[in-house]
Amino acid sequence: MGTAGYVIIGIVVILIVAFVGIYNTLVRKRNQVRNAWAQIDVQLKRRYDLIPNLVETAKGYMKHERETLEAVTNARNLAQQAGAAGVGARAKVEGELSSVLSRLLAVAENYPDLKANQNFLALQEELSSTENKIGFSRQFYNDSVLRYNNQTQVFPSNVVAGMTGFKAEEFFEVTVAEEREAIKVSFT
Amino acid sequence: MVLMGLVLLAIGYALGLYFLGSSTYGLILALVVWGVMNLVAVFQGDSILLGLSKAKKISRDDMPRLYNVVEEMKIASGLEKMPDIYIIDDPALNAFATGRNPDKAAVAVTAGLLQKLNRDELQGVIGHEMAHVKNRDVLLMAIAGVLLGTIVILAWYGTRIMFFSSMGGGRRSSSGGGGQGQIIILIVAIVLMILAPILAQFIYFAVSRKREYLADASSALYTRYPEGLASALEKLGASTSQLKSANKATAPMFIINPFRKKGRAATDLSSTHPPISERVRILRSMAGGASYFDYEEAYGEVRGKGRRLMPASAISAAGAVGLRAAQPEGPVAEPGRLERARETSDLLWRKSNYKAIRCECGTKLRVPPKFKAPTIRCPHCGRVNKV
Repeated sequence: MGTAGYVIIGIVVILIVAFVGIYNTLVRKRNQVRNAWAQIDVQLKRRYDLIPNLVETAKGYMKHERETLEAVTNARNLAQQAGAAGVGARAKVEGELSSVLSRLLAVAENYPDLKANQNFLALQEELSSTENKIGFSRQFYNDSVLRYNNQTQVFPSNVVAGMTGFKAEEFFEVTVAEEREAIKVSFT
Repeated sequence: MVLMGLVLLAIGYALGLYFLGSSTYGLILALVVWGVMNLVAVFQGDSILLGLSKAKKISRDDMPRLYNVVEEMKIASGLEKMPDIYIIDDPALNAFATGRNPDKAAVAVTAGLLQKLNRDELQGVIGHEMAHVKNRDVLLMAIAGVLLGTIVILAWYGTRIMFFSSMGGGRRSSSGGGGQGQIIILIVAIVLMILAPILAQFIYFAVSRKREYLADASSALYTRYPEGLASALEKLGASTSQLKSANKATAPMFIINPFRKKGRAATDLSSTHPPISERVRILRSMAGGASYFDYEEAYGEVRGKGRRLMPASAISAAGAVGLRAAQPEGPVAEPGRLERARETSDLLWRKSNYKAIRCECGTKLRVPPKFKAPTIRCPHCGRVNKV
């Protein structure tokens, strides 16, 4: 075997090593995306668990807010049913749940007796923190998706991704308009 | 770090050359001393630190608000394991993180901090501590600190031994023979012994300050709200009480230097932390967003153009990151300062095994753990309450 043979063997070895390296990076990044998605899921489930307690506690005090309470319960049930749906569909129903929930917490401000209830205060702390956690896990998920998607699209890892079936993942975007808008304050 | 390692090797080299007749032995000696000290610091460091600070571990039920804020930051930073949370019974405003790896991390906050900061500010501070955990600063600063300590010890012993052996007539000079070479080595060794500890200290402080800026940048990225940390730092800087339980070795782990004095020079080479006003100015200059790129821009703006904090690869890795609005005061149950103070002091009493009894007249009685009688009289109204 001549020099050319060794060169070819060398090139093949380098290509294999590079392929394995890129493949492993892709797997790691995809796992991170999945792990981040699981984090969001944990927090969303926590919210499903908290809402019935909150509604139950608020019901006794908020006699005139039956509609708001029902809207929250309905949105929660809808969101829970969409549990197995894709990222985009879930983001939509969860966004709606967030907005009716924040409306409920806003009207709760008008009920001083409710606000003095220790149980309600504890639930409110849990719920608003869960909202934050959903936000932060979404933030981490989207960052992970961005990194992973970049990896599947840039050369040379896009070649490996195409050969081994790594597809771009979907972002978890908030689609509800209300959450994007700035809070309006009226003094009338 | 590498620079400090070189200083250590140089001092080992000089020691070995002078006392043991072989530079190799000196190098080995220096590395062995350093290695042993590292093992102690890395495996015992967190328990020593927490023990020194008289920190008490708390659970979720003890203080849901603090636990939730830590969990929020854990999620935002992408850490896999929830760190342990400790509270230090001290009115000073400070916080620190510890743990040799992200799986064994702990954050500790002082009672004063819990009383004075609102949720956004607390989040900024916890985000900063989480960044220390995530960036493995705890391990880095432990190793750097031990490196510094080793250099100081070796230099100290080196100068003492050198001094006394030269008084005793110089045992080694007989074996050396070359008088000229001996003197040059002696001079170099002495200069090194004096300079090494000073040099190592400056490097150590520079590393520490850089990690602080980086942790600030990460905190802004995690919270998407640099104003929270900025206003927290302002409150921390304005408070005058010093943390009693801090010591020099643990200083770099705190969010602000626990030993800072009023009226110190703005840029100080011998400080573990950058000046608070500068950190606040950088955070407030992050107008465009909360990414590392925005922090880097603000850093250049405040500290002068051309000064870089992060390598370009770290900055370009993440895309544009927007800022979020402040937590709305209304719907989010934000306890006021009085409630926060009450909540914190209740927690501390409970952690010291005091029982709280509410008398009918509204007075809260605190019963010490040693109290054995079945009833207690209320000092306010005179009613007899059951314990």
